[in-house]
Amino acid sequence: MIRARHVTKFFNRGEVNEVLALREVSLTVNEGDFITVIGSNGAGKSTFLNALAGVFPIEEGSISVADQDVTTWPEHRRAAFLGRVFQDPLLGTCPHATIEQNLALASRRGKRRGLKRGVRKADRALFREKLSMLGLGLEDRLTDATGLLSGGQRQAMTMLMATLVRPKVLLLDEHTAALDPKTAVQIMQLTDELVRSERLTTLMVTHNMAQAIEYGNRLVMFHQGRVILDVSGEEKAGLGIQDLLERFHELGGDGCVSDRALLG
Amino acid sequence: MTLYALTGAVEQGFVYGIMVLGVYLTFRVLDFPDLTVDGSLPLGAAISAVVISSGHSPWLACVLAAGAGFLAGMVTGILNTKLKILHLLASILTMIALYSINIRIMGRPNTSLLGQQTVVDQFAGLSGLAPSLAAPLLFGIMGCIAVLVLFWFLRTELGMAVLATGDNPRMITAQGVNTHNVIIFGVGLSNAMVACSGALVAQSQGAADVNMGVGTIVAGLASVIIGETVFGDRSVGRALFAALLGSVLYRVAIALALSMDLGIFSVTPSDLKLITALLVVLALTAPRIKKRLLFKRGHA
Repeated sequence: MIRARHVTKFFNRGEVNEVLALREVSLTVNEGDFITVIGSNGAGKSTFLNALAGVFPIEEGSISVADQDVTTWPEHRRAAFLGRVFQDPLLGTCPHATIEQNLALASRRGKRRGLKRGVRKADRALFREKLSMLGLGLEDRLTDATGLLSGGQRQAMTMLMATLVRPKVLLLDEHTAALDPKTAVQIMQLTDELVRSERLTTLMVTHNMAQAIEYGNRLVMFHQGRVILDVSGEEKAGLGIQDLLERFHELGGDGCVSDRALLG
Repeated sequence: MTLYALTGAVEQGFVYGIMVLGVYLTFRVLDFPDLTVDGSLPLGAAISAVVISSGHSPWLACVLAAGAGFLAGMVTGILNTKLKILHLLASILTMIALYSINIRIMGRPNTSLLGQQTVVDQFAGLSGLAPSLAAPLLFGIMGCIAVLVLFWFLRTELGMAVLATGDNPRMITAQGVNTHNVIIFGVGLSNAMVACSGALVAQSQGAADVNMGVGTIVAGLASVIIGETVFGDRSVGRALFAALLGSVLYRVAIALALSMDLGIFSVTPSDLKLITALLVVLALTAPRIKKRLLFKRGHA
């Protein structure tokens, strides 16, 4: 579904503080894959996700989504293929727009926006139905300003919005890292439910090794801008945190695994 | 204040109200402080004066003015998004450029419309009202139409994308909207309204002058803030009407100030810019000062 070939990304190229964030990363994401992406701080996992989403241009390499070469496409154009949820729960929704307006904005992802009514009657019925799946009571608050909701509620809405128009690939960028532990678990369960029931191809970046092991059918580890581990199927299913740490050190990890990665 | 001065102030309030709606669109909806308006208001006036004095319909003059204003706003939008110039500076550049363009359009710094058919004359002729009553009524109707059109627009798919671009640009980009195009379009639409307002101002005052735009943005901001403070901004519809009525309150307040006579000291029209600046500073800081006072009291 996604084919990244030799993707190289520098930050501040040609300056003293030049950083090589991605070194010729190649990764093929197959349809139906639920890949968890882990790595220490600065390993390049979020950079890779942003490169796929087109947040910035890449220096070298190519990216194709659904057999379309999107390497030169701007972010808003790639959005037609991608559903995204960010780490910051406030980034995924418009605070001043109502709940139904936010969902309506998401329901036109990848489509032309014209002078038709933004929120239609038929939409409202659909939104109510979808929101009731969250179990947060938001289906009765369609016209409330989204800014009134908690971070967890807004992240749950963002999950819904990312999948309202079926994405070719769902990109989750540490989307539970900024939530309190209880809410993080709820959002993770919601994620798993949505991904399974809709059979979504998903890439999930996480800091949390336990999460990376528990969910998904494939695990990819980044280190210093490279993919150093890519396991799937049986091998992934049998993986424990201790194994993962050992593999990490074996493969050239320098031991800087944070407490957060272990305990988070 | 005489009744005549009051109806005059109300008329001005509605005429400039259309400009205030444009300022609301950039300043509040798009979160884009746009000073282009100081140039696009006289741009509309200049085009309106030239079109009318060459014998064409005053209504056509408004439409052409709006079109030119849209282009001016687009220039600011393009300078900001495509050429990465800071929004304030981009709008100042367009504003300065428009000064020269406006003189080119008129061929001289000002053009009189005395004796020419304006929209007010046509409306007065049609309704049989005296011009001093017909003018505020006509502009009031036009202001309300502008509010309704803008309200309708902001609830369409495209309008909601404009709102979202001001509210959370990263989110709306991830939802597939090209925020550059939205900003170019939004600033264009805003300046179309401002230029249309300028065209009507010229017809209401009987002249277009290249310097008539000085301080437009400040008057616009003052009106937006007065409207929000007095009438509230809970919903988009309410905020739009508040902006229009805020403009009327602003002009009435100025007329009152001008009619004040404190012994030897009296306010002259040249003091207006100072008063307006103070008013905007007060209105912008009032919420914070209020909060601080309440905070202190709560801890005393």
